[in-house]
Amino acid sequence: MSANKNTNTPKKSFLANSAVQSFLASIVCIVIGLLIGYIVLLLINSKGANDAILSILKNFLNYSSPATAKKYFGNTLVKAAPLLMCALSIQFCYQTGLFNIGAAGQYVAGAGACLFCALSFKLPWYLCLLAAIIAGGIFGIIVGFLKAYLNVNEVISGIMLNWMGLYSVNMLLAKVKETASPYTMTLASTNKAAIIPSLGLEKLFSNNKYVTIAIPLALIVAIVLKIVLSKTVFGYEIKATGLSKDAAKYSGMKEKKNIILTLFIGGALAGAGAAFLYLTGYEQWEVTQSSVPSMGFNGIAATFLGGLDPIGTIFASYFIQHITSGGAHLDKQIYPAQIADLISSIIIYLCGFAFIVKFIVNRKLNEKVSKLGYPPENKDNKDENEEGGKKE
Amino acid sequence: MAENTQYAIEMLNITKRFPGIVANDNVTIQLKKGEIHALLGENGAGKSTLMSVLFGLYQAEEGIIKKDGKEVKINNPNDANDLGIGMVHQHFKLVQCFTVLDNIILGVETTKCGLLKKDEARKKVLALSEKYGLKVDPDAKIEDITVGMQQRTEILKMLYRDNDILIFDEPTAVLTPAEIDELMEIMKNLSKEGKSILFISHKLAEIMSVADRCSVLRRGKYIGTVDIADTTQEELSRMMVGRDVQLVASKEDKTPGDVILHVENMTVPSKLHKNNAVKNVSFDVRAGEIVCIAGIDGNGQTELVYGLSGLENISSGKITLKGKDITTASIRERSTSGMSHIPEDRHKHGLVLDYSLAYNLVLQRYFEPEFSNKGFLKKDAILDYANKLIDRFDVRSGQGATTIARSMSGGNQQKAIIARELDKNPDLLIAVQPTRGLDVGAIEFIHKELIAQRDAGHGVLLVSLELEEVMSISDRILVMYEGEIVGEFNPKEVTTEELGLYMAGAKRKEIGA
Repeated sequence: MSANKNTNTPKKSFLANSAVQSFLASIVCIVIGLLIGYIVLLLINSKGANDAILSILKNFLNYSSPATAKKYFGNTLVKAAPLLMCALSIQFCYQTGLFNIGAAGQYVAGAGACLFCALSFKLPWYLCLLAAIIAGGIFGIIVGFLKAYLNVNEVISGIMLNWMGLYSVNMLLAKVKETASPYTMTLASTNKAAIIPSLGLEKLFSNNKYVTIAIPLALIVAIVLKIVLSKTVFGYEIKATGLSKDAAKYSGMKEKKNIILTLFIGGALAGAGAAFLYLTGYEQWEVTQSSVPSMGFNGIAATFLGGLDPIGTIFASYFIQHITSGGAHLDKQIYPAQIADLISSIIIYLCGFAFIVKFIVNRKLNEKVSKLGYPPENKDNKDENEEGGKKE
Repeated sequence: MAENTQYAIEMLNITKRFPGIVANDNVTIQLKKGEIHALLGENGAGKSTLMSVLFGLYQAEEGIIKKDGKEVKINNPNDANDLGIGMVHQHFKLVQCFTVLDNIILGVETTKCGLLKKDEARKKVLALSEKYGLKVDPDAKIEDITVGMQQRTEILKMLYRDNDILIFDEPTAVLTPAEIDELMEIMKNLSKEGKSILFISHKLAEIMSVADRCSVLRRGKYIGTVDIADTTQEELSRMMVGRDVQLVASKEDKTPGDVILHVENMTVPSKLHKNNAVKNVSFDVRAGEIVCIAGIDGNGQTELVYGLSGLENISSGKITLKGKDITTASIRERSTSGMSHIPEDRHKHGLVLDYSLAYNLVLQRYFEPEFSNKGFLKKDAILDYANKLIDRFDVRSGQGATTIARSMSGGNQQKAIIARELDKNPDLLIAVQPTRGLDVGAIEFIHKELIAQRDAGHGVLLVSLELEEVMSISDRILVMYEGEIVGEFNPKEVTTEELGLYMAGAKRKEIGA
């Protein structure tokens, strides 16, 4: 019998474990991001740099009173929930081999739908949430349909829909805005029933009224997605479609249906994410805004930082929101107001590189050892596959 | 051995280990100057690893390499190139949108003030192609030329770099029979001109016809080196596989039963040109017979199978499986109604390469109650089933059922597909070139399985480009030429020469379908 008969499982390097790799890669990216951010702060004003980077990292811990800190911790969580939803949206579509950059637009559609239902139709929160899910989902379906039947690249159609979504929602929500400001009316003053209930959660965060069940809901969604992807027939199908469209077709999977369904779910997740923010009353929509909210884009970084794993993404989303919120604590006397965004952007940007780090680690490992002893064949397979991909 | 004191390249006592396996175990290969030396071994025997060591892609743990009697260190492919070692890879490394000439000079361009000086290069290439009989058009783009000409371009690349040790890694796998003959001539020419050639192959007939000596590897171990003049195919195959191998499949006569597959006036459009790829084709496959579609590659066989399996829609005609009209049925319906399909391209269609072996083994059945319950996969059941198939079909891999399919050797990938498709117990098995690129041991196994399917009363439709295979295992031969069936034969009543004429379109006969 050959040494490589199936009973033989060679001992793997600790570093070869995919989860360990993802985790280490994320940490490396975070450290590099912080380092570059720190250098930028030094360049702008060397005196305040130490304090500045610390206050970004400390975020709510900048408040000395534990009660206040808890309250601001709640705020960070409130914004981390929608970020997590956007990240999950991108991640889910990524499994089918689709890059859902349209999550930003699906998020906008969800925001428009839930706020309009809440402020104009005075519907309760769960119906508003449903409206957001449907609106986001429809945006996703449009992209999916174009991709499946007309082979329109999902990045192109997604980006265009982002802008269409933004201006349509601006127009729609102008009908429910405050007379004196460009902001939509507050839920508290117009329709209290549209606010997502907190079921006592606010008490854990010094009565922060924005802390609602949206946060645990987002966590549950992440866990459900993890189960769907790893344990269900549907997960098996969409991953197979993502890894090899031709093999999926050969085995009789409906690859067009799966593409559309995946983007519908992706859109629904992003739409629900918007509802998780706007239905807490934490923010009002500014109907004159001319840029797509960054939530959908930050979701890209969060999903890669999370190693394309729903559970990892929970932590990654929190971290990114933590840094973003922490930026608000920079000393405005020393640094211009925009610097907070700049520093958090640098860190987020570097987070997106987690996969490159993982790739490099893997390549180094492969150079050293081959798990199977058939590296040349292995390499040929890869080459062939790449060539096959190019032909399409 | 006074006249042979000088070896061009010697690899002495090479040992290369990977975790869990010794890929090369004390292997010694000595390549004489001007000889054609074949390196024979099954898939995964360690041939490619050995060549990667020679080419500097891997470093051996033990053993030395000598060039012209002097010990050398080869740390990377550049070192190998400096020593005059060149390699034609199985999958060509050519830039598709460059011309032949551009590809040949790529990396060693002569320039003047930063501008390419192609005239000299062209002269040299033309001279080389003249000298060795390597017909190429230097100005044709790679994407427009045949596979044979692409291979000649690769050979010219080596010659242009003045390499005198040429490695051919399974060069005939991608060629048509005529192109293979041509390549054999070219190799003989090259050796006559003093080039030393290492020829990696597992096709015994080719080795017998072209090589001077042959070294055999089996599961990483060096078995021996023999002079081709003093050996036979049988002996070589015994050395390679470690036991006697039946080179010709044996089967008993059987009277075909009911019609399993009935195809009536099927036409399939082509993706490449405006003509139809399959034109108005009609035929039957009966229970207990192996019907073989013979023909030169690209005469509509691929599209015929796409039409039958549902990968592509047919534009007219009717397909019936066991009396059930499946003309417009989905791929899944066809599969569940008793059709199995071993696809031509195992990487593109046959496997999800980044899935585990276990997941790939249930690719056609994951949705069945045996493997899923209320939308959830039964992972234990899948693993058990996979282990069962792995044992039964002797699929070898590093980590058993959890091995990622991509990391398996080609032969074992094919075995996995065959295991999956046969275990469905299909009424109709469509097998497209199921033995391509496999060694004799695996080919023997697959032929036996195909015959077992037939003997169990199932219909088998085999598409093959290898005439030997067609002649030895089919019960009925249909020849396809330019999308039409131009002849139907009993393998016992026809010669390969006769078939060749039909395959080339020189003859045709009407068949009453």
